[in-house]
Amino acid sequence: MFQRRTITNDLTFFQKIRSFDYILLGCILLIGIISCYSMYSTDGGELQYHTKSHILRFLIFFTLMIVLSFFSIRFWHATGYLFYLIVLGFLIWASFYGITASGSQRWINLYFINLQPSELMKIAIIVCFAKYYHRTQISDVNSFKNLVLPIAILILPIVLVVSQPDLGTSILIALSGLVVLWLAGLNIKYFVYSSLVFIISMPFVIAFLKPYQKLRILTFFNPDKDPLGAGYQIIQSKIAIGSGGLTGKGFLKGTQSYLDFLPEKHTDFIFTLFSEEHGFTGSVLLLVLYAIMIFRILRIGSFTRSYFAKLYCYSFGSAIFIYIAVNMSMVLGLLPIVGSPLPIMSYGGSSMLATMIGFSIVMSSNIYSKQLIS
Amino acid sequence: MISGGDSSFRKLNTMNRRMFIISAAKLVVFTGIVTRLFSLQINENKKYLTLSDKNRLREWKLPPERGEFLDFFGKTIAGNLKVYQLHVVPEQVEDFKYLMVRLKDILELDEKEFSKIIKKKNKQKPWETLVVSENLTWDQFSKVNFYLHELGGAKPVLSVARSYPHKEKFTHVLGYVSQASESDLANSEIIKKNHVPGLRVGKIGLEKAFENDLIGSNGIQRYEVNAYGKRINQIDFEEGKKGKNLRLTVDTEVQKLANDLLLDKAGSISVMDIYTGDIIAMHSSPSFDPNLFLYGISHKDWQEIRENPLKPLVNKTVAGLYSPGSTIKPLVALSALENDVISPKFTVRCTGKMEMYGQTYHCWKKKGHGYMNLRNAIKQSCDTYFYEAARKLGVDRLNKTGLKFGLGEKVFGNTFIDEKKGLVPSTKWKKDNLGLGWVLGETLITGIGQGYIQTTPLQLCLMTAQLANGGYKIYPRIKVEDNQDTAEQIKNKMAFAGIEKLQEKKDDPKAPIIYRRFLNNKEQKYKPLYRNPENIKFVLDAMWGSTNEVMGTSFGSRIEDKKYQFAGKTGTAQVKKISERHRELELKAKDVPYEERDHALYIAFGPYKNPRYALSIIIEHGGTGSKVAAPMAKKLFKLIIDRHEEREKILKQNLSIT
Repeated sequence: MFQRRTITNDLTFFQKIRSFDYILLGCILLIGIISCYSMYSTDGGELQYHTKSHILRFLIFFTLMIVLSFFSIRFWHATGYLFYLIVLGFLIWASFYGITASGSQRWINLYFINLQPSELMKIAIIVCFAKYYHRTQISDVNSFKNLVLPIAILILPIVLVVSQPDLGTSILIALSGLVVLWLAGLNIKYFVYSSLVFIISMPFVIAFLKPYQKLRILTFFNPDKDPLGAGYQIIQSKIAIGSGGLTGKGFLKGTQSYLDFLPEKHTDFIFTLFSEEHGFTGSVLLLVLYAIMIFRILRIGSFTRSYFAKLYCYSFGSAIFIYIAVNMSMVLGLLPIVGSPLPIMSYGGSSMLATMIGFSIVMSSNIYSKQLIS
Repeated sequence: MISGGDSSFRKLNTMNRRMFIISAAKLVVFTGIVTRLFSLQINENKKYLTLSDKNRLREWKLPPERGEFLDFFGKTIAGNLKVYQLHVVPEQVEDFKYLMVRLKDILELDEKEFSKIIKKKNKQKPWETLVVSENLTWDQFSKVNFYLHELGGAKPVLSVARSYPHKEKFTHVLGYVSQASESDLANSEIIKKNHVPGLRVGKIGLEKAFENDLIGSNGIQRYEVNAYGKRINQIDFEEGKKGKNLRLTVDTEVQKLANDLLLDKAGSISVMDIYTGDIIAMHSSPSFDPNLFLYGISHKDWQEIRENPLKPLVNKTVAGLYSPGSTIKPLVALSALENDVISPKFTVRCTGKMEMYGQTYHCWKKKGHGYMNLRNAIKQSCDTYFYEAARKLGVDRLNKTGLKFGLGEKVFGNTFIDEKKGLVPSTKWKKDNLGLGWVLGETLITGIGQGYIQTTPLQLCLMTAQLANGGYKIYPRIKVEDNQDTAEQIKNKMAFAGIEKLQEKKDDPKAPIIYRRFLNNKEQKYKPLYRNPENIKFVLDAMWGSTNEVMGTSFGSRIEDKKYQFAGKTGTAQVKKISERHRELELKAKDVPYEERDHALYIAFGPYKNPRYALSIIIEHGGTGSKVAAPMAKKLFKLIIDRHEEREKILKQNLSIT
């Protein structure tokens, strides 16, 4: 990157500011602005509740991210397990005292915010695993003890989230965890075996799914079967995106969303709205912004010195990619509909908070890239 | 510290290698997403754009405004009336049940009407307009408007509906409209295309015959709607086209008189222009008010119409079949003359009855007419003479003449769906249809218009017109169209056609030039129906005698004034064979039960000096033609000829316009 003194422990404030990755920061800010103005469009071109609260959250959490970036990477390493345990505690709390909305008990009331701990778990699991494998020797990674504990760490939150029930988030948590395990060097045969087991157990898993979840999977394979029922979301989303064309229908002119044909347009289907109004050009532009963002994250990972930070950045970069890919494939009709927000773009405080915390650790890795962790 | 150089190196190495695999996978997924975006937004853009428009745009068809019927003088005889209606679009109503119960209360609907509306709603699509009430009274309309704030989704609207200002006067000419049925939709493309719930279409009469001209086309309102079907804003509005206004040849005044004359009687009156074939009046009695059918006729009214023994539902003018009785005699006489079977001098002695083939055939005059020649036989309607004339003529030659003059064939073709053909019997017809040989006695009774022969009143009118115009074929019409031949033009064409006929007979030195002109015209219409025009003249003169000379059967109804003077022929058709005993009793009409009384008929044309109009009158079970039917002709001719000048004025106006 740029020349810096080797003593990284006591960087001056000015030096810290200078060593930010401004391209990454710019990407986040740009996507944030795009998300605010898409939210403005979902409100029908008026400064309504969703827009106001989204802008407020983005400003708060973006500031929070910058503040947290100044925390040393050592801090994150030190609090890795604690972070996981706190979020796990929240999850357990949610399963007992959580707020139920639309048939799912996902939120806890923290008085100033209704928090969805499962969203935070997506980050916490990465931090926790990064810390866990930081110390583990490569020869021990595949030992029995080092196999059982990480699986327990992964399974516990997944079970809690599935029982909320929230299939989408639990899948994303699982994928986040698996990415870290993969990067940490877990033997390929485990991945092959577990995928085999997964495929074989599919029919049994499906048998245990809630009727609405089953319906979603069936609908995915044939959305036209019941166009006004289960297939409605996929069909309407495809119509919206497809009708956008090369340049889109224009800002605030997306008829599909403006006339309420789009479901969940603030959250999971925000990309559909954006794509309808700004067309292929706009969508690719947004995708390129996301690509640059992920590339910068991975780049930071490759320059940072500590194994913890490297593993974290690689994993987080990959996880963010997975979230984006799952969300977009879903709205494009390539995957069944599971609740999964588009990072930064989608409305939702917890998702935004988790994403921003995630970014702040990446930023910290960048600022303290020369710092080693014993 | 990254400790243990080798181990951590391997650890980093593994991570980097695996990160590389993930990155490769990311590239694939990224490309996949972009490809999918490309295929949706660029390749299939058109398809999805259409789907999106289908989502957001919804069309509302407005009922087309039906064309009006005007009489010859341009007065409306079937028009459109502004009506107050109550519409509800079910999908825009939050609580449909509540709304309906409230409306039931406010409009004071009874259970039956209420369930009818609910049934109607269930048949429609939820965004289609449900017409709750088609004809609100002003009271109901203002009441609904008063409570409108509580009736979310109900829309009081001003609409147009058919109205027949003359009520029952024109029913059998115009027919009536009523709600389009499944079969209407299935049988007519144009109705299907323009259909909206509650659309009225013609069910019978001219309303049905000219449906395609009358119906017009829908106005279309295109709205942008949201996912819940709520109208957001109007995108565009296509105004509908009103159906064509049709001007008829009928004269309301004459039609009214026909109505008055037949009041409380079962029967029919038709009046026709003998050159143009224009129908001046056409009435079948009893009639009914077609306005009753607009909003679904009530059970009571329907019952009353259907069970009336005088059969108001039958359009007797075109669908009533009657024995023509003595009104056929001019035609029998003409046929006999044309076929050179008898000459006007041929004489028969009438003794009141005639024995033939072991049967007795009676003349209506029991004492007999004495020695009768042809002219007197027509004038006094001597049956015995016509038995003899018919015997000499034979039924097949009579059949040919009858068909030539328009009997046994629909006068208006397909215009009136209920029109009947009638029947002029022949030996072949009997063989083919009854499988029996012709009996000579049947020829005799056919000669006085009884037996198998059956005619509609309109056919008799046409027959009379074609005799009165000098024996030329005419083409009846009821609708005024542009560039129709005027009476003068038709007269000229007839003259040419007549000369052609003469040319065949005699070698008129002047004829060839005009004949050639005629041929060049290639005019095949208005052909002469006679062989010798003198025969026609003779028959017409005999009819004049029948009305205007002492001893003539309708002498009592004559008009002395030359302007109105008409010539006619009475007829009295037996409904039941008269037994010997009854004949001896000489029962008066009122002593016989209604259904067994004779039909009274009369055909006539006038003014005699320069004929222009022909008419036929039938009164079912009315008694004798001379006593009942002929007096009506007197009243009719007075009016018709007075109205003639008005008609000519209108024609001149139209000519000066065009």
